[in-house]
Amino acid sequence: MIRLGFGDRLMVITIYILLSILAFTTFYPFWNAAVISLNVGSDTAMGGVTFWPRAFTLENYAIVFNDARLLNGFWISILRTVVGTVGSIIVTAIFAYGLSRNDLMGRKFYMILCIVTMYFSGGLIPSFLLIRELGMMNSFWVFIIPSLVSVWNMIIFRTFFKELPAGLEESAKIDGCGNWGTLFRIVLPLSGPVIATLGLFTAVYHWNDWFLPSIYISNEHLLPIQTMLKQILNSNIVSEQVSQLDSAAQGQLAKMQTVTSKSLSMATMMVATLPIIMVYPFVQKYFVKGVLVGSLKG
Amino acid sequence: MAQLSVERESELKRRAARGGVLRRFAKQLDIQMMVLPGILLVLVFSYIPMYGVLMAFQDYSIFNGFLASPWVGLKHFRMFFESPEFYEVMRNTIVISLLKFFVGFPAPILLALMLNEVRNMAFKRIVQTVSYLPHFLSWVIVAGLVMSLLSVDNGSVNILMQKLNFIEEPINFLSIPNYFWTILVTTGLWKEIGFASIVYLAAIAGVDPSLYEAADMDGASKFKQIFLITLPSITPVVIIFMILAIGNLLSAGFDDILLLGVNPVLRDVADVIDTYVYRVGIQSSRFSYATAVGLFKAVISVGLLTMANYVARRSGHSLW
Repeated sequence: MIRLGFGDRLMVITIYILLSILAFTTFYPFWNAAVISLNVGSDTAMGGVTFWPRAFTLENYAIVFNDARLLNGFWISILRTVVGTVGSIIVTAIFAYGLSRNDLMGRKFYMILCIVTMYFSGGLIPSFLLIRELGMMNSFWVFIIPSLVSVWNMIIFRTFFKELPAGLEESAKIDGCGNWGTLFRIVLPLSGPVIATLGLFTAVYHWNDWFLPSIYISNEHLLPIQTMLKQILNSNIVSEQVSQLDSAAQGQLAKMQTVTSKSLSMATMMVATLPIIMVYPFVQKYFVKGVLVGSLKG
Repeated sequence: MAQLSVERESELKRRAARGGVLRRFAKQLDIQMMVLPGILLVLVFSYIPMYGVLMAFQDYSIFNGFLASPWVGLKHFRMFFESPEFYEVMRNTIVISLLKFFVGFPAPILLALMLNEVRNMAFKRIVQTVSYLPHFLSWVIVAGLVMSLLSVDNGSVNILMQKLNFIEEPINFLSIPNYFWTILVTTGLWKEIGFASIVYLAAIAGVDPSLYEAADMDGASKFKQIFLITLPSITPVVIIFMILAIGNLLSAGFDDILLLGVNPVLRDVADVIDTYVYRVGIQSSRFSYATAVGLFKAVISVGLLTMANYVARRSGHSLW
């Protein structure tokens, strides 16, 4: 055991303090939003709600869960996340397996085609016009089809597949597996950690994306929750500007209601975040590895 | 001898290939079928838009379509350079990118160095799990949290500052142009610092422990060990990430600016190239002009990336 000198001990103590501050400032905004979502809105408006709900209520959540529009938004988000993630992982994994095979004719050409797209892209406007030409505006498929192949994920999958022992495939061939059989019965079942990591990242992308629907979707039955939330929050900002102009009258009005737009939007935010918060700590041990494969081998 | 046989083998292979490229293709049709859908998707959704970039040199109109629209050369680029917004958009893009780079690039390295000194595993795990959290929140949620914290009516920041007697009256932070860049950079840092530190932590974990033991023997302080062992050991990783960051330098942000800069009074300090492209392109339907602005940015970015890689190669670490 090596004893620490005074300077070292001072440094370690400073580090513990700084990291505690970091953890606190990272967690507090989230905690505070949760507290506000659990507090009576009119009470929050009187100020001073920070660490604990002062007037506890589940009313905000009751309203969120009874709002047909919001529920529809959740449903669209869930549908998009499930279909988009499963579809993307399957298509990308099959693609990557094909490209990982050394006997694939034209694999160099295919790889170059893919890698170029990581450095150049057409940008927002040409992509927008393409989607419109394809008639995918206001269609659920605009969420799914353009993101079926992720070149980034393909490269991670491919790296992983290439590192699998070659003997596995040979023995599968001897036992009479075709290429598809080898992929689905031997290779994919061995790819659990990669599938978990890339699946989580893809799911997070689909769940969190608000921009795509904001430009391609005008039918409100197809709007996912994040895009709705954006509209709610923006209208809040506007109302905050208005209330400053006429704060006396507006403030009076706000205090009359138990539920305010702020308490409601905080509750909606909590619900829109919950699925991820619940999943990611469990996948954490995988994704650390996944990030590394992606960054060092990519 | 060995080389000769390798050559003969490849010659044989080549002869066999010449005989039946088509037959070989047909023989591996099942593997080709695995690749086909992926390649098609890449061609459609990445290459068609790349080709569509040519509309920056056209007066694209929806009625004529891409093929029949008249070519106008560099007209749209000139229009952008001469537009009244050019100065502000470029200034904001450059300043915000640089601020984000100088704050956001070293911070995760610092965090990784600090986390590496933590011996209490439970504490380390809590700090890590908490600091990764914001990476998984959508920008909409993050913007919502920031608005709530900074809000005039009882946002926590205003409450705290009033309690500490820093301010008398609550401040409406998100409507004051002077604060916007700070808010933007802090928010970005808050969101990504933890997650970005993962790679550096892994790189640090790969350093040979005997180096530290030897340094301990020689009586080097922890501080010295960080500077003389840890930092030099992770330099290759740092440089790779720096190259990537420099290639992205002109991407000052999009989601964050679009979501936090909603207040019209912030327009002068919040408009960057990407949000400008969105505004003139999607919202005002000036397709050719917006594409030209986007292409201008892409060209500079590729230039920056090439330059950064050139510098890195001279120092011995390069991306390609």
